[in-house]
Amino acid sequence: MNKLEIFKNGIGKENPIFAQQVGMCATLAITTSLLNGFGMGIAVIAVLTGSNIVISLLRKLIPDEVRIPAFVIIIAAFTTIIDLLMHAYTFPLYQALGVFIPLIVVNCIILARAESFAFKNGVVDSIIDGLGMGVGYTIAMVVLSSVREILGNGTIAGINILPEAYEPMMIMVQPPGSFIALGLLIGLVNYLSRRKKA
Amino acid sequence: MELISLFITSFIVNNIIFSQFLGICPFLGVSKKIDTAAGMGIAVIFVITLASIITFIIQKLILDNLGLGYLQTIVFILIIAALVQFVEMFLKKSAPGLYQALGIFLPLITTNCAVLGVAIINITKDYSFIESMVNSIGTSVGFLLAIVLFAGVRDKVDNADIPDSLKGSSISLIAAGLMSIAFLGFSGLKL
Repeated sequence: MNKLEIFKNGIGKENPIFAQQVGMCATLAITTSLLNGFGMGIAVIAVLTGSNIVISLLRKLIPDEVRIPAFVIIIAAFTTIIDLLMHAYTFPLYQALGVFIPLIVVNCIILARAESFAFKNGVVDSIIDGLGMGVGYTIAMVVLSSVREILGNGTIAGINILPEAYEPMMIMVQPPGSFIALGLLIGLVNYLSRRKKA
Repeated sequence: MELISLFITSFIVNNIIFSQFLGICPFLGVSKKIDTAAGMGIAVIFVITLASIITFIIQKLILDNLGLGYLQTIVFILIIAALVQFVEMFLKKSAPGLYQALGIFLPLITTNCAVLGVAIINITKDYSFIESMVNSIGTSVGFLLAIVLFAGVRDKVDNADIPDSLKGSSISLIAAGLMSIAFLGFSGLKL
């Protein structure tokens, strides 16, 4: 697989949210506005790329039997770094994301990439894989949170874009809206990829 | 009285699945049959309660005293992983029947964000020991309720005639959304 293919893999064919459906908790919970979704995406890119680098560097040193605990500690260390950085520099976002920042550590997408990619491939490929998967995740978060913010609030990134006569669908920014919006988006992606193949 | 209200709140009003979105992976993954869903739910009650007791004690006695609060995430995830292993070994030796029933679900629970989530929420909300106990039990019983109800719904959905593109996780999410609307009805509940 060449480098570009590795990168595109995470965005399209193996997109963490639309194709693999992993790491759904944060996806459903914090996509109430575009900024939250985007912020979470960036945090995941940072943790995923960082842990992929360290794991692929250490892959010859970590014994097979204890690899999972080793991965978890590495991922937890990067999560803590991001947690502290966001606390220091982006405090409002830190408050909006709340418990879901430390929970990046149990986001299955990161452990899944460590296990299935970084542990078997070189550093450069692992960085590209981390970035590709992270960008794919971020794109999905941005799409979902835009849909919810526009329908539920009539705004995008806090700016009013719909005419005043539009009455916001409150349900879209409430919990049920995220299940329904994500369900329909996955349905749409399935439909589009099916049509492309046919 | 406050404890009862805390229990009801964490059990249904702020249901862990439908309003807090913790533990979605097992909720979607292990809800194909009602009896496996119930097994998962019971295993989760067991682990969340134990994990909350231990993480609470460690946080208050060790991390807070030594000013190591920033190590919370790393320490908690290690405790949970070790605890799950330990529970698995203990059950295998002393309660083979229960181990048979819960066995396959236990390893899956380490990556269940509900366990870590509840442990962290107990600390950030500054609950006392009793309160965090009640919150953990209420939350995990709420998980059991949600996953069993959802497994029942999925059973019907699987046999329904739906468009091809919506099959699989798509229709499951939409069904969960509709159930979530029902749970939204509890949000006005005040005790």
